[in-house]
Amino acid sequence: MALRLPRIGTSQVAALILVLLANWMVSPQFFDFHIRDGRVFGSVIDVLNRGAPVALLSIGMVLVIAMRGIDLSVGAVMAICGAIAASLADSHTLPVVLAAALGAGLLCGLWNGLLVAVLGIQPIVATLILMVAGRGIAQLITEGRIVTFSSPDLAFLGGSGSVLGLPTPVVLTFGMLALTLLIVRGTALGLMIEATGGNPRASALAGIGTKLITVAVYMWSGLCAALAGIVAAADILGADANNAGLWLELDAILAVVIGGTSLFGGRFSVVLAVVGALIIQAMNTGILLSGFPPETNLVVKAVVVLAVLLAQSPRVAGHFAGLGVLLNRSRS
Amino acid sequence: MHPTDGSTLLELTGFSKSFAGFVALDKVDFTLRRGEIHALLGENGAGKSTLIKAMTGVVARDAGTMRLEGAEIAPRSAGEATRLGIATVYQEVNLAPNLSVAKNLFLGRQPTRFGFVREGEMRRRADALLAEFGLSIDVAAPLETYSVAIQHIVAIARAVDQSARMLILDEPTASLDAHEVEVLFTVMRQLKARGIGIVFVTHFLDQVYAICDRITVLRNGRLAGTAPIAELPRIDLVRMMLGRELSAATAQRPPRTALAEAAPVAVFEDFGKTGYVAPFDLTLRAGHVVGLAGLLGSGRTETVRLVFGAERADCGSAEVDGRRVAISSPREAMRLGFGYCPEERKTEGVVADLTVRENIVLALQAKRGPMKPLPRREQDEMTAKFIRLLDIRPPDPERPVGLLSGGNQQKVLLARWLATAPRLLILDEPTRGIDVGAHAEIIGLIRDLCAEGMALLVVSSELEEIVTYADEVVVLRDRAHVARLTGDEVDVPAILAAIAADASAPAAAAPM
Repeated sequence: MALRLPRIGTSQVAALILVLLANWMVSPQFFDFHIRDGRVFGSVIDVLNRGAPVALLSIGMVLVIAMRGIDLSVGAVMAICGAIAASLADSHTLPVVLAAALGAGLLCGLWNGLLVAVLGIQPIVATLILMVAGRGIAQLITEGRIVTFSSPDLAFLGGSGSVLGLPTPVVLTFGMLALTLLIVRGTALGLMIEATGGNPRASALAGIGTKLITVAVYMWSGLCAALAGIVAAADILGADANNAGLWLELDAILAVVIGGTSLFGGRFSVVLAVVGALIIQAMNTGILLSGFPPETNLVVKAVVVLAVLLAQSPRVAGHFAGLGVLLNRSRS
Repeated sequence: MHPTDGSTLLELTGFSKSFAGFVALDKVDFTLRRGEIHALLGENGAGKSTLIKAMTGVVARDAGTMRLEGAEIAPRSAGEATRLGIATVYQEVNLAPNLSVAKNLFLGRQPTRFGFVREGEMRRRADALLAEFGLSIDVAAPLETYSVAIQHIVAIARAVDQSARMLILDEPTASLDAHEVEVLFTVMRQLKARGIGIVFVTHFLDQVYAICDRITVLRNGRLAGTAPIAELPRIDLVRMMLGRELSAATAQRPPRTALAEAAPVAVFEDFGKTGYVAPFDLTLRAGHVVGLAGLLGSGRTETVRLVFGAERADCGSAEVDGRRVAISSPREAMRLGFGYCPEERKTEGVVADLTVRENIVLALQAKRGPMKPLPRREQDEMTAKFIRLLDIRPPDPERPVGLLSGGNQQKVLLARWLATAPRLLILDEPTRGIDVGAHAEIIGLIRDLCAEGMALLVVSSELEEIVTYADEVVVLRDRAHVARLTGDEVDVPAILAAIAADASAPAAAAPM
């Protein structure tokens, strides 16, 4: 068993810097910023803004994965909550819209959590149910159409709105990150999640309420997905039940893995999962800027992911002991 | 040479194997004769599985020679061992349950013509092969449709058909009922008559006496003895399995105090669970140690898991401080002031990835609830205190526990529960798999805790050890409490007698 402390994260930060530098090489204006109407614009801001949904998903996903689980339903939950928000936006006030959409996300998480914790269904199967059914539910809500809205309140939560000069989704993501960190590291929940993911039987025998924490973690993932769904809907002033959040669960899982959290559970880092999400988005943006056909995106992404994962592998680091001095530091 | 002339088939000399400093096998000798059924016995951690793995090449031995029919061999994998004629059938049958019986028998060596499998021919051969074992079943049906006993026989038939000269059966009877065991024994006797040597691992002593010719006992990685069945009465066998020489200092014990003097912490009456452990009465008192003795699978671990709520009792009552309580979960037990160090340290005890500090604070933190985190400074002080108190090495609070030795992991586990200041501490095999130094320290600690007024419930296979600290010993057999020894009755011969007594004969010690 690999014993490592992913919290230090040298290899992830190095990878992010490398990707950003590569972007700068293909597009010399990459690091340019300019301020218009009290708002910052630039490619880096663009990466943060576009990366917000996956970053939000990865915040919830990292906790689920740390518990030895996985949540395949987050993309579908995005679609459901986006559909709810878009349908209500023009007829209700923003607090009602948000409460309905976020509440739906929590409910979806509760469902997943109960299937896993109480019925003991394998997480990959349990969340697959909602992954498949969720998109159907979203289509029922939108009645099979693309629902559009014009409410400026909800639109403010998308990329067109800004808080303190930054796009609202970026602020929401950092807010969610800070809140999550406060909850898991400010209390003993983080320790309990790591203990349960590392050894569920031992943790239950040590008196940890593993089932309750399991349910709570899936609910948090549902909440993060709901927020991502609201942002996605606000971005396009509408909800597309077929395509909102499509395949984003895979990007979120990838972000968590790039962030150094093992799929076998245990040690996790929320910050590095978000860094992982930004690495993925920075690559997407870089390929767009470079003028390469977007089809190459997937291949380049695969290569970079492979490189990051290899850099994290203790076995590979052993073979390149000299080269891996920097990387080794992240594993103490 | 007649196949059953009793000449030596396999000869192992000086087998040794250590894992990360822990000696699992220490210069073990073993011989197997043609046409012999040879029982390999020992408690958990005695080295049985390591010996089997070393002789089948699954793990590489550190030292020792191995001769099969006089020729020196050194198999490096299970496949190589099979080719040499050493076949192993494990408790969990290693076959494909979804394939037909015939396919399982001939997987990887199917009769073919022009590259195509000859299904008919394969079925005919399968029928013929199983008929030799007195089995007439539909070989086209999937293996999983048959009982575990038949699956075992299929596995044995496959092994024997691959020209096995010796067969290792690793606890084949653990999940079989009496009739199925008899069917399996019939097959074993047939193989014996054909001159095949059989190594039979089990923890059912009745079965050993029913079918085996010789017995080899391992204890703590060493050879405790080999003897023909007739020369080893049951009580000597149990002594051989459970005995242990203690150092003089450890062996001395302080005088026992009278039981009635101390207030009961917890009283269990008629407490039990159907099919798990028969209802028992148990009283645990402050400042007293109750030991649970018995062979592997006798119900010791089951008893403590019921007491701690890791399994729910379905009958009887429990009282703590005179108040009736329902112990429905480990959390509930913990709230009542119980602590439990399980036998399976790796899977149920420590969290290997977490640090020494995190492992130590885990139970206390769980007791406080997630919303009241222990301040880091308190965590550090507590960890430093226990590292000093229990002499945990290396004394690094931020080292992942998985990197510590078994003895130190055990100490971390003890520290985890001591941090919750329990009134009743349950220790399941606290000294298993740890080195001699740590062993004496843990026994010393048990006595100290007891002197401070903690109630202790200790499971141990080490009888010499248990009598040095227990005020009362409960003996278990076949998942039932069969005898209780208190005060001066607590000594090794009395415990041995109670363990070895036939279920039919009255127990030597006071029956319960």
